[in-house]
Amino acid sequence: ISMFCLFWCLLLLVCLTVASSSRDVPKNDGSTGTVHGEGSGHQNTSTVHKKAFPVLSFNYLHVRKPFEISMWILLALLMKLGFHIIPRVSNIVPESCLLIVVGLLVGGVIKAIKEAPPVLDDKLFFLYLLPPIILDAGYFLPIRPFTENLGTILTFAVVGTLWNAFFIGGTMYGVCQIAGAQLQRVNLLSCLLFGTIISAVDPVAVLAVFEEIHINELLHILVFGESLLNDAVTVVLYHLFKEFSLEGGVTALLGVVCFFVVALGGILVGAIYGLLGAFTSRFTSHTRVIEPLFVFLYSYMAYLSAEVFHLSGIMSLISCGVIMRPYMWSSVSETLIFIFLGVSTVVGPHSWNWTFVIVTVFLCLVSRVLGVIGLTYIINKFRIVKLTKKDQFIVAYGGLRGAIAFSLGFLLTNDDLKHMFLTAIITVIFFTVFVQGMTIRPLVELLAVKRKKETKRSINEEIHTQFLDHLLTGIEDICGHYGHHHWKDKLDRFNKTYVKRWLIAGERSTEPQLISFYNKMEMKQAMMLVESGSTAKLPTLVSTVSLQNIQPKDAPKKRAIPSISKKREEEIRKILRANLQKTRQRLRSYSRHDLMIDPFEDNVSEIRFRKQRVEMERRVRELCCSLHKVYTYDESESPNRSKSESTSISSRGPDDVFVPSETPLLSNQRSAPKKPINQITEEEEEGLTMSRCLSDPGPKEEDEDDAFLP
Amino acid sequence: MGALQSIPGHPEYSDLSDKTGFSFEQISVLHKRFKQLSHNEDTLHRDDLSAIPDLSCNPIRAQIIEAFFDQRNFSPSEEGTVEEIRFEEFLVVMSHFRPPRHSMSEEQRESVRKDKLRFLFNMHDTDNDGTITLQEYRHVVEELLSRSGALGKETAKSIADAAMLEVASISVGHMEPDEFYEGITFEHFLKLLSGFDIEHKMSIRFLNVDTTLCK
Repeated sequence: ISMFCLFWCLLLLVCLTVASSSRDVPKNDGSTGTVHGEGSGHQNTSTVHKKAFPVLSFNYLHVRKPFEISMWILLALLMKLGFHIIPRVSNIVPESCLLIVVGLLVGGVIKAIKEAPPVLDDKLFFLYLLPPIILDAGYFLPIRPFTENLGTILTFAVVGTLWNAFFIGGTMYGVCQIAGAQLQRVNLLSCLLFGTIISAVDPVAVLAVFEEIHINELLHILVFGESLLNDAVTVVLYHLFKEFSLEGGVTALLGVVCFFVVALGGILVGAIYGLLGAFTSRFTSHTRVIEPLFVFLYSYMAYLSAEVFHLSGIMSLISCGVIMRPYMWSSVSETLIFIFLGVSTVVGPHSWNWTFVIVTVFLCLVSRVLGVIGLTYIINKFRIVKLTKKDQFIVAYGGLRGAIAFSLGFLLTNDDLKHMFLTAIITVIFFTVFVQGMTIRPLVELLAVKRKKETKRSINEEIHTQFLDHLLTGIEDICGHYGHHHWKDKLDRFNKTYVKRWLIAGERSTEPQLISFYNKMEMKQAMMLVESGSTAKLPTLVSTVSLQNIQPKDAPKKRAIPSISKKREEEIRKILRANLQKTRQRLRSYSRHDLMIDPFEDNVSEIRFRKQRVEMERRVRELCCSLHKVYTYDESESPNRSKSESTSISSRGPDDVFVPSETPLLSNQRSAPKKPINQITEEEEEGLTMSRCLSDPGPKEEDEDDAFLP
Repeated sequence: MGALQSIPGHPEYSDLSDKTGFSFEQISVLHKRFKQLSHNEDTLHRDDLSAIPDLSCNPIRAQIIEAFFDQRNFSPSEEGTVEEIRFEEFLVVMSHFRPPRHSMSEEQRESVRKDKLRFLFNMHDTDNDGTITLQEYRHVVEELLSRSGALGKETAKSIADAAMLEVASISVGHMEPDEFYEGITFEHFLKLLSGFDIEHKMSIRFLNVDTTLCK
């Protein structure tokens, strides 16, 4: 399959180069190789001089733009597919690096054909590529950890970025003065501008790398939140310095005011559109299909509207997504950005200046580290959960730069310095993405940083989280302390009574979090049970405790041991389906990687499909494994098999427990360990069903409880 | 342990400070609040707490108020409930919510955790028998979901059942079908919430208590 993929990619590359070589005029969509980026990228000035087109080209020209765009997108998707099929590589090298390399290759090929390839211009980036990513990030932003750490995140975003910008800019200026004659024409303002551009941590790069290393929630939200919020700072500083360089009459106070206007204005614009979107979604309960379109369009409008007023478009996108979500294309975009970056690297006119570049890279690192340490020292005085040295290291190390810096660089007007700046920017980006991106995973493991808890949140913990919320709110009210919990609770109640009623249709609005959590868990258990039920494994907990044990009733019923396991399967399937029908209405939540769980029809067909597959595999296994020993079957083959089966459900959790779960159950059994497979299946299923016996006769309760069993 | 200057006129603060670990500043602020709640009397009654308007929409209000009058929270050996409490007991109950100091040894941290979990346990175990039975746990979940009407009640039952099952599975592991799981003991409770980071979650920053704003 990998060969097939590579072949496809090569074919695509060839097509691209052929396409770009079969024309006489330079490309229209985005080449700014020779045009000075003024923001308005109309390329008409540099194009058509000939009036007579060859007939062949004319026809192709007609579709060229969408044709090439589609091919680029196709390339991006194929790349993404390829990386998933060849997992070995992506374990070492983060995806973003590979994509840049692909971009480099494509760019190299195109350059060899001596054509002008598409370069990542600012318009393409800011208007088309960036919004989907930010929207996706904002929409799926985990609200709770974000708000809990908002102070820290804001401090890092605002103060940290300011520090970085000024430190780098100032020091670069100093270095430029000291170093060779060529650099001395770099004036202070240009340096500060450069510092601003290079200092912002990039959300795309961070997202791409952090997603893969599964770091614990706190660190993830800190670095990622910072990368999202520092856009406002960057925008303001950038415009400030630009104005400064033109006029010089701007004061610092104006800058601060400007910052607040930009940030808050952006949030406000986003909030307006978000509320609009939420309101609209109230009426889309019967046409679910177009709901995502609404989400996307409203958010995009928010972004564009904010950009009109020079407000922070990114912040408006985020606030729009955040607001819309509780009440209802990014992959491609991300991929494209990195590929384009690679292409632009090969292409763009470079002006390499050793001193400048190396000092830049060095300064970026130093400044980031100093900034993080300094800020953490101050922040830790206000936090209950302090940030440890390990945390600080990861936050500092995870400050990757990305395409935003590159695009901002493109907006610079100063021509001769611009190339030098761009080269340095690209180098820094490459350095952070490649070196830091690749090494962060082994470092995380080396430092034994706390990873994301892979284990499911237990229902007891969920109950107690809710309980504690209310308890702390109550205590705060009693001692008159208007703190974090008080305001959160007030906001919640306001939301519930007024806002939700307007913005969410039907009974969805009143469902408390505990119930939705429970249903979600039930659903997951049901799916896991179906998968594992016919391969005769216990899903999660190692116990035979059943509801009989906790119900305060007397003599439990003893069920007859079934002779046919298939009949038991039928029963299980029937009960589960009945329960699934019930949870159908209640399951609402999106999850970043579980989108397939949403519609009910998908559930049933998904389960049915899995069951069939599992059934088939089991039959095959029975045939060829009847000669093996029981233990080897249980311990070695099954975990491997279920790993390949359940690729979409987290296979690590259940698998880890499979091996130990066999032993207690087997030791339970009265007969000898060596048994034919069928009987083992039966016995284990008996254990399974014994744990499903209920003393409560009612069908409703039986169904509900059935699906939840360990 | 905070500034050691004694506030003039309140020499008993130093005892309270030793006992509960609050600083003098915090104690004086809380004392003001106490006086406000009890209408300048020396003791606080249940009605005084029920009269707080912000508390009225809290689903577990009754249990919170009850916790203040539960003698088990005053000292480990006592039992039963009282009708009224003095400032000292008020402060002791509040001290369960102090955030842990940054520089603490492992045993101190462990004892803080135990304290807080003990408080929670006492809140659930309403009949003082040392275990949380299924009925009591059901009651807890029902209260939590009490704002959701009928939908809440039936789901509360299954949620509580499921939670209980989980506790039993974690704590006891293997039980014969005819054994009966009495209820969650304190050890099981500790084990259950061992991954919960309770010492940080169950804390309030007492420094910003401003009694002029609240009613």
